[in-house]
Amino acid sequence: MRRKAKAGFVLAGLLIGIATVVGLISLIEAMTQDINHKLEKYGANILIVPQTENLSLTYGGLSLGGVSFEMEEIEQKELGNIQDIRNAANIAAVGPIVLGVVTVSGHKGLLAGIDFEATKILKPWWKVEGSVPEEAGLLLGSEVARIAGLSVGDTVTILNRDFVVSGVIQPTGSQDDQLLFGRLKTVQAVLGKEGRISMAEVSALCRDCPIDAMVKQIADALSGAKVMAIQQVVKGRMATLGQFKQFSYGVSSVIVFIGSLVVLVTMMGSVRERTQEIGIFRAIGFRRSHVMKIVLLEAVVISALAGILGYLVGYLATKGALHIFEGDRGIPVSFNLELAGWALGIAVGVGLISSIYPALIAARLDPNDALRAV
Amino acid sequence: MSYILAKDLVKHYGKGDGIVEAVRGMSFTIDSGEFIAVMGESGAGKSTVLSIMGAMNAPTSGQYAVDGIDVYKLKRERRADFRREFLGFVFQSFHLIPYLTVMENVALPLAIVKARAKEKERMAEEALARVGMADKADRLPGQISGGEKERVAIARAIVNEPPVLMADEPTGNLDSKTSRNVMDLLKKLNREGMTVVMVTHSHECAGYAGRVLHMADGRLQEACAG
Repeated sequence: MRRKAKAGFVLAGLLIGIATVVGLISLIEAMTQDINHKLEKYGANILIVPQTENLSLTYGGLSLGGVSFEMEEIEQKELGNIQDIRNAANIAAVGPIVLGVVTVSGHKGLLAGIDFEATKILKPWWKVEGSVPEEAGLLLGSEVARIAGLSVGDTVTILNRDFVVSGVIQPTGSQDDQLLFGRLKTVQAVLGKEGRISMAEVSALCRDCPIDAMVKQIADALSGAKVMAIQQVVKGRMATLGQFKQFSYGVSSVIVFIGSLVVLVTMMGSVRERTQEIGIFRAIGFRRSHVMKIVLLEAVVISALAGILGYLVGYLATKGALHIFEGDRGIPVSFNLELAGWALGIAVGVGLISSIYPALIAARLDPNDALRAV
Repeated sequence: MSYILAKDLVKHYGKGDGIVEAVRGMSFTIDSGEFIAVMGESGAGKSTVLSIMGAMNAPTSGQYAVDGIDVYKLKRERRADFRREFLGFVFQSFHLIPYLTVMENVALPLAIVKARAKEKERMAEEALARVGMADKADRLPGQISGGEKERVAIARAIVNEPPVLMADEPTGNLDSKTSRNVMDLLKKLNREGMTVVMVTHSHECAGYAGRVLHMADGRLQEACAG
């Protein structure tokens, strides 16, 4: 231990390696969590639509034939069954939608009754000019407002009921631009569809939950509905995270390999330098196994220290890096006891394995030759 | 019966035309409690004989036994145990470990002995006291003189009280006054019952021995009483 230079070199080599691996894994873990968090907030990923024997009459957003398909509905109370599925805890929001064709200022349009609370989670990208409507209010898609010449504060009559335009959604580039939105209960009443909905959107927090399993659970809970996962979102998310992880593990393996070479070369040099010392040990009665133990114990102590310090350095470096790149909004990095355990285990494992050969060389030194080698 | 028995010891190094015959058939006996000096010119084979006697260098042929134990019939690891239990070594260039204190150097052979830490500490302190170095226990080898290093080396050799002390040119690196002190110390240990075998060039040092083995060209020349 008091051979500071060599011990310091092994310590530094392993520490840098472990710190880099910890930093990389912590960074990717933090980014993964952040991406997940953002993706989870990124709206619906499961659609619930009525079972139908008809084919859709839309293609690429173009409606052929005036209506996309003959409207069928789901009983709204059935949606309550979703709260009883096994993975219910993974559901962030369920947004029921009732749809009906109406005429606004002489133009035919689609009126959607929605739950605005759920919509905050399902469509976080909506930017509303004005406010979310109260019971007798309407929220207009940007195209509806433009074509019908309506703005906030205007009154429109739909199916003999007056509505005040409380807000207009800024262009989203989606079908939402073409729709009028009202409170679910109000629209159900206006359309004469009390207790029924046309479809529902679900946002599932599925970082760890199997989306296919959730789809099946929801389908089982809703007998008259067809449940579909928006697979691209889910699979794309998983693939990206998978690639991130593979990359980090690949880089980590290379770093650990280089670390083990540093330990091997340094320990070999150390054994060569200590030939005389080992000769003394052997001459005064140390067995080969005692010499091996001395070399390996030294390696284990240095490696363990490198593992602990490496984790702390990597953890603090990640915190610092994220603070610099992300500022106050920084992605939180928490102390990961499991990763710390792995760092310690890998450091000690690498130190020990890389020192076995030098320890064998040391143990096999002939005491007579070793003492003459001075 | 003799305590140490060497019979027809032969040691060759190398092979074929490059073969070196360092020891060419040496037989001698040493009784328990004797002080033996091995003398001879450089290249006479003294150090080879000492390394054979130190259980560190197997002879090409011949027999070597201590206390009835045929040393080179022991397995390698048992031979290490034999060195620890029967022999104490004092090397010409001290061979102290520079980053260990005087006390730690002396206690080194005890590191692999099963005993309580307190007991080991007591043994090391006692060995240091016997060589008059108790007051410098905390110094590093670089902080003491050559004579003091030799004393520490002797303390390390006797710390686990082996019956035989082997010294290779113990005064080779010392001035004459310090050499005398070291030789007085070896004589004292011998009087206390330790068998001492010493390789030396110095006739003055050999004068401390009870018997001198003269070597020339790998052979024993004659046995002289001291």
